[in-house]
Amino acid sequence: MAEITFREALRSTLIDQFRKDERYFMMGEDIGAYGGSYAVTRGMLEEFGDRRIMDTPIAESVIMGAGIGAAMAGLRPIVEVMTINFSLLALDQVVNVASCVRYMSGGQVQAPLLIRMATGGGRQLAATHSHSLEGWYAHLPGLKVVTPSNPYDAAGMLRAAMREDDPVLFVEHAALYPGKGEVPEEPYEVPLGKANVVREGKDVTVVCWSRGVGLGQEAATQLERDGISAEIIDVRSMRPFDLDTIVTSVKKTGRAVVVEDDWRFGGFAGEVAALISEHAFDYLDAPVRRVAAEDVPAPYNRLLEQASMPNETKIVNTVKAMI
Amino acid sequence: MAEVLMPQMGADMSEGVLLRWLVAPGDRVERGQAIAEIETDKANIEIEAFEAGTLQRTLVAEGATVPVGAPIAILGEGGGAPAASAAPATAAAAPASTVAAIVAAATPAAAPAPVAPMRAVGERVIASPVARRMAQDTGVDLSTLSGSGPGRRIVRRDVEAAKGRAPVAAAPAAAGNGAAPAAVAAHLEPLSRMRQTIARRMGASKREMPHYYTTVDVDMTDAVALRRQMNALDEQSKVSVNDLIVRAAALGLALHPEFNNRYTEEGMSVRPQINVCIAIALEEGLIAPALLDTNRLSLRDLGQRTRDLAERARSGKLTPEEYSAGTFTISNLGMYGIDVLIPIIQPNQSAILGVGAVKPRAVVRDGQIVARDMMTLALAADHRASDGAQGAQFLAVVRDMLEQPLRLVL
Repeated sequence: MAEITFREALRSTLIDQFRKDERYFMMGEDIGAYGGSYAVTRGMLEEFGDRRIMDTPIAESVIMGAGIGAAMAGLRPIVEVMTINFSLLALDQVVNVASCVRYMSGGQVQAPLLIRMATGGGRQLAATHSHSLEGWYAHLPGLKVVTPSNPYDAAGMLRAAMREDDPVLFVEHAALYPGKGEVPEEPYEVPLGKANVVREGKDVTVVCWSRGVGLGQEAATQLERDGISAEIIDVRSMRPFDLDTIVTSVKKTGRAVVVEDDWRFGGFAGEVAALISEHAFDYLDAPVRRVAAEDVPAPYNRLLEQASMPNETKIVNTVKAMI
Repeated sequence: MAEVLMPQMGADMSEGVLLRWLVAPGDRVERGQAIAEIETDKANIEIEAFEAGTLQRTLVAEGATVPVGAPIAILGEGGGAPAASAAPATAAAAPASTVAAIVAAATPAAAPAPVAPMRAVGERVIASPVARRMAQDTGVDLSTLSGSGPGRRIVRRDVEAAKGRAPVAAAPAAAGNGAAPAAVAAHLEPLSRMRQTIARRMGASKREMPHYYTTVDVDMTDAVALRRQMNALDEQSKVSVNDLIVRAAALGLALHPEFNNRYTEEGMSVRPQINVCIAIALEEGLIAPALLDTNRLSLRDLGQRTRDLAERARSGKLTPEEYSAGTFTISNLGMYGIDVLIPIIQPNQSAILGVGAVKPRAVVRDGQIVARDMMTLALAADHRASDGAQGAQFLAVVRDMLEQPLRLVL
């Protein structure tokens, strides 16, 4: 098994699927000649040509709309939006068209559209380029939203997402692209909608996804030194959401912390906390807690930006205050 | 200032019981907010404030019976007097401590030495949900524990530790060791609201109304055959045996209004409609909503409406009229295979029909013993409103209609 980066895992999956099925094509800003802002599509223009790797103008609503139309017409388009912050320009297309078309046509029309976008902060790109808005999209019925945390899941979930017949939002945390992990050579799928217990424990369940999984694992290592055993669950898929795995874990540990890069107020972590309270109330030994971004637009200043984001120390301290 | 009045929920309602105040004097009340729970003829209903304000004063105590239209509370703009709000709070606490006292009295005298209380009297016990659940399951008294969790919360480990200390109830004796079985004291479980209501209403009915009973066997062979034919004709709207009985009773009531009217000391309350209630067993008890204008419904409509009524009864979506406008009740326990059901009359009604199962029985026809589909009906009636001879005639009418079931279709 080869050890490759998160971005290589995505690229090799894209290339493999592109070779097998000519219906796949990709649209996005700087994905062709430049190789993608995060270098995911490097080399793909050369192999597949500009009819399948299409550089587009900076017009997110147009890219998204064209992608939805192509999907409805029977192709399998992939739309890359440079970051989730810019995807708001295409929000109308996603909310009012992509997520509704199957329902509004009574199932006669489907849109097998895959939307890829980078999310997250931490690189001093300031407020307009650093937010984590995937929880907004997870609010929408009719859209699947997945957030892999490692190269293995990235490749397996991307392959599963490319085979979906409904729109999928594939969210890639920018901080994860260079991270390495073992990925099998042969094709495989990781099913969407299934959470992963990445570390077993008995005192507290840490629910996390995307970049948060690494934070949770580091926090678990630190907590272990203090005799606290943390179970780490990688949600992987925000929608469909695997409530069973989380409820089973919380019934065992009696405590839960939810970690996310998005703001705390009104965020997806709050939804997870509510679900836990609804489904495992009589097993809770402490209120469900959240570790999330501070309630400010992402600061540019490095120290302030770091202070505003979740980190392993915040998770450790939150867990200790619950026990 | 505004007076909150006892509302009229349904045409027949003349008074209601104030079961419970949902707000206390001094509380801010929003328009549409439920402020009290009342019991009408058949249901417990929350009544809502028609305007916003502060509850100044409640005028009736919980449990009191109040005529429709009488003021029950004063709603104003300012805050309620603090002194006034203190008293009801204490009163509300009383039933709880009474229950606690009864439970305490029921526990064996050999109780463990009292543990020093960990908190001041009346101080809220702060415990996690899992600690509360475990305490309930194991019988640990949370108020005797001190919490080791954040903010002195009692957490799972505290209950687990206490469980180790607490005197364990004697384990069941091993089988076959010869020890005589020991008596185990009963314990009290709180009554559900529906159980309380049933107890109150049925107790009142049996105390107040002198019941008499008549029973009759009905040959249902032809009715069962007719039903089979009707259902073969129309798969969509099936008719049940019970629908036939309800229809027969409704037509019988039109001929014998004394079982549809109601006795009062002032005079006979003559009711213009025949609204037969159908008793429906629920998980938590039973309910008997009314089928309005029952005698005017065709068999098919009657079947459809009864199914709809049962569905809405189970989902709690009955209208106030369906709760309160009934004039007669039919209770059918045939599906349990029983032969005779001798029922208790609902308050505000004069009679009730108990229905047993339809079963093949050996009967004598023209001197021969033959097998026929038989059913026994039992009428319980209020002797103040009718006499046994009338009850016998009414039952005979119902029987004749069921035995010549084409009369139900006409």
